[in-house]
Amino acid sequence: MLETIVFSTLNGILYGLLLFMLSSGLTLIFSMMGVLNFAHASFYMLGAYFAYALGLHVGFWPALFLAPCLVAVIGAVVERYGLRRVHASGHVAELLFTFGLAYVIDELVHLFWGSIPVSYVPPDYMQNALFTLFGTDYSIYRGVTMMIAVFMFAALWFLLKKTRVGMMIRAALTHGDMVGHLGHNVPRLFMGVFGFGCALAGLAGVIGGPLLNTEPGMAQTLGPIVFVVVVVGGMGSLIGAFYASLLIGLLQTFFVAFDASIADLLGVIGISVDPYGEVTGITLASLAPMTPFILLVLILIFRPRGLMGELEP
Amino acid sequence: MSVFRPFAPWLISLAVLLLLPAVTGGSAVSVINVIAIHIVFALSYNMLLGQGGMLSFGHAAFFGLGSYAAIHAMNAIGDAAYAGEGFWAHFPVFLLPLVGFAGGALVALVVGWPFCRRAGTAFAMITLGLGELVATGTQMFPSVFGGETGVFSNRMVGPVWFGLELAQPADVYWFMAFWVFAAVLAMWAFTRTPLGRMSNAVRDNPDRTQFIGYPPRNVRFLVFIASGGMAGLAGGMAAVNYEIVTPESLSLVASGLALVMAAVGGLGIFYGPIVGAVVVTLMNSLLSDFTDASVLYVGIVFLAVVMFAPSGLAGGLEQIRQALHRAELARKWPGWLVGAAAVIAWILALVLTVELVYLIRHGDDKLAQALGIELDAASPLAWGTVVILLAVGYGLWRVTAKHREANA
Repeated sequence: MLETIVFSTLNGILYGLLLFMLSSGLTLIFSMMGVLNFAHASFYMLGAYFAYALGLHVGFWPALFLAPCLVAVIGAVVERYGLRRVHASGHVAELLFTFGLAYVIDELVHLFWGSIPVSYVPPDYMQNALFTLFGTDYSIYRGVTMMIAVFMFAALWFLLKKTRVGMMIRAALTHGDMVGHLGHNVPRLFMGVFGFGCALAGLAGVIGGPLLNTEPGMAQTLGPIVFVVVVVGGMGSLIGAFYASLLIGLLQTFFVAFDASIADLLGVIGISVDPYGEVTGITLASLAPMTPFILLVLILIFRPRGLMGELEP
Repeated sequence: MSVFRPFAPWLISLAVLLLLPAVTGGSAVSVINVIAIHIVFALSYNMLLGQGGMLSFGHAAFFGLGSYAAIHAMNAIGDAAYAGEGFWAHFPVFLLPLVGFAGGALVALVVGWPFCRRAGTAFAMITLGLGELVATGTQMFPSVFGGETGVFSNRMVGPVWFGLELAQPADVYWFMAFWVFAAVLAMWAFTRTPLGRMSNAVRDNPDRTQFIGYPPRNVRFLVFIASGGMAGLAGGMAAVNYEIVTPESLSLVASGLALVMAAVGGLGIFYGPIVGAVVVTLMNSLLSDFTDASVLYVGIVFLAVVMFAPSGLAGGLEQIRQALHRAELARKWPGWLVGAAAVIAWILALVLTVELVYLIRHGDDKLAQALGIELDAASPLAWGTVVILLAVGYGLWRVTAKHREANA
């Protein structure tokens, strides 16, 4: 039991950190431009595939750095020549554009890499155990992933709070026009933030690809969950996105780990029902994929501004 | 003459529906049946997005649940007809889309109220959540949703109406023709009702409608129910057509299809989604015979429409019609024609690029085989053609841009 709890916590935190890597970029982009980027998870997938393709030529570590940069460039191009164009037609047009972009990126991945998973794996020495607890190994790769994630958050925090660019970004979040009047190039700032957000998604793909399987469906599996994180955390709130990521990461991992059915749970409080019935036989593990969406619908009904958000979406 | 003018589109559609099976071959009927389903689905979607300003990412939930309601009713008809008694024994399969309508509307009625508080991003997110919730939830109740394989049925049961035994696709065609005509007429009539007009007002200025005494939430809710019902009706048509309903019909992919069809056709014009449904369904079913990248092409068309022609294909048709009306067509058509030529050159370049990449990555290329061309991805000729086509398209566009602007 203790073993399950410890490892579920570790895996849940890791999954939550990955989710935050995705949702932090999405949140930044949303609070700055007011557009929910439907293609965000597709950039995450591109990150994983680029790292795989580059890794074949330049090795694992250089690819880890190059792939997010490449994704950032693509993101900036998309913002400059796509999003800025449809911006004039309003928010719905922007949402439609990113939705179509997700479609096209997914299909391009099919086109280039086929529809079966590619074997994107970290180097052999990283598969070894970092430490062994209760007879189960925790691989070096997972440890390194967690380190990269934590390091990235520190860098993000430093960038936003302690640098001049970060100050401009924070100012543009709330007073975009004023920043423009003061002579800063706000459109270029937007392009940069969009590219940076995409790079964060790409980085999540690079380190998440080996953990969660690199296949063309990976964007569609994770995409909606990232939206849930952003909405549950509160639109535009980075710290809210952080808590929501960890919450959903832990919830899903624990639901998968504890293979109890509804009948078992009812049994604990003294109600005995047929353990193999259609409703009562549902296990928590099979509820796991639904939990984020149940959470989303509940949050939108009862607390539309999310955990930490200041504005209603 | 002018008395008949409002009815002209309907009479023409009726004539097209009556003549279509005689004009097209037997094998085309099954594609036409799918188009009919998609027309109703896309129009019901546009009741939300185009007319009500509510961007939904979970519309397939109503389509799919209506479909499930209809298929279970079909099974009930089969069982009751076998026993020879009961309500369902007298219920014709012909009316099953009404069961789908009831199913879709009921679901919208039950879940819709909390959704309709806000339009915009909040509505988009909550419908996305609903869509995903329903799609994942179906896996949990195999006795209702049939697990991965879905629910089967047999449409040749119960009372026969109009001599349609629904054994052949041709029989099903008349079933589809009736329902698509009835549904389109109903949805058009809806736009003329006070509620339909109010939904436009709520889309454009919710604060003001609130101020004059129409709470936007109530209007949205009613439109949501009507739209869910119409999607369910399309689902009922699909249940009769396929005789099987799988959880895929509720998935995000199906919701995306409705969105793509409506947007490609044009959100602002009533018949836009009809055009979109025809074009997208034809692209999906015809292109998949020739290329494995058919979904990519649909996606690119969607993206191109959103970026360059926000009013959709029907918007283009409307422009031509207005030019004709004002007798400006003679002045405008040379510019438009050259513009179209430029777009065609770009399309050819794009298709060639995609197929060449396909050839390199996967080694076989259905389109080239179908056209009888030997494509060689290694030769500079193929890539040269791409560059030339792009340049020709750009050149044509630039040269005539002034002409188009002057005559706009």
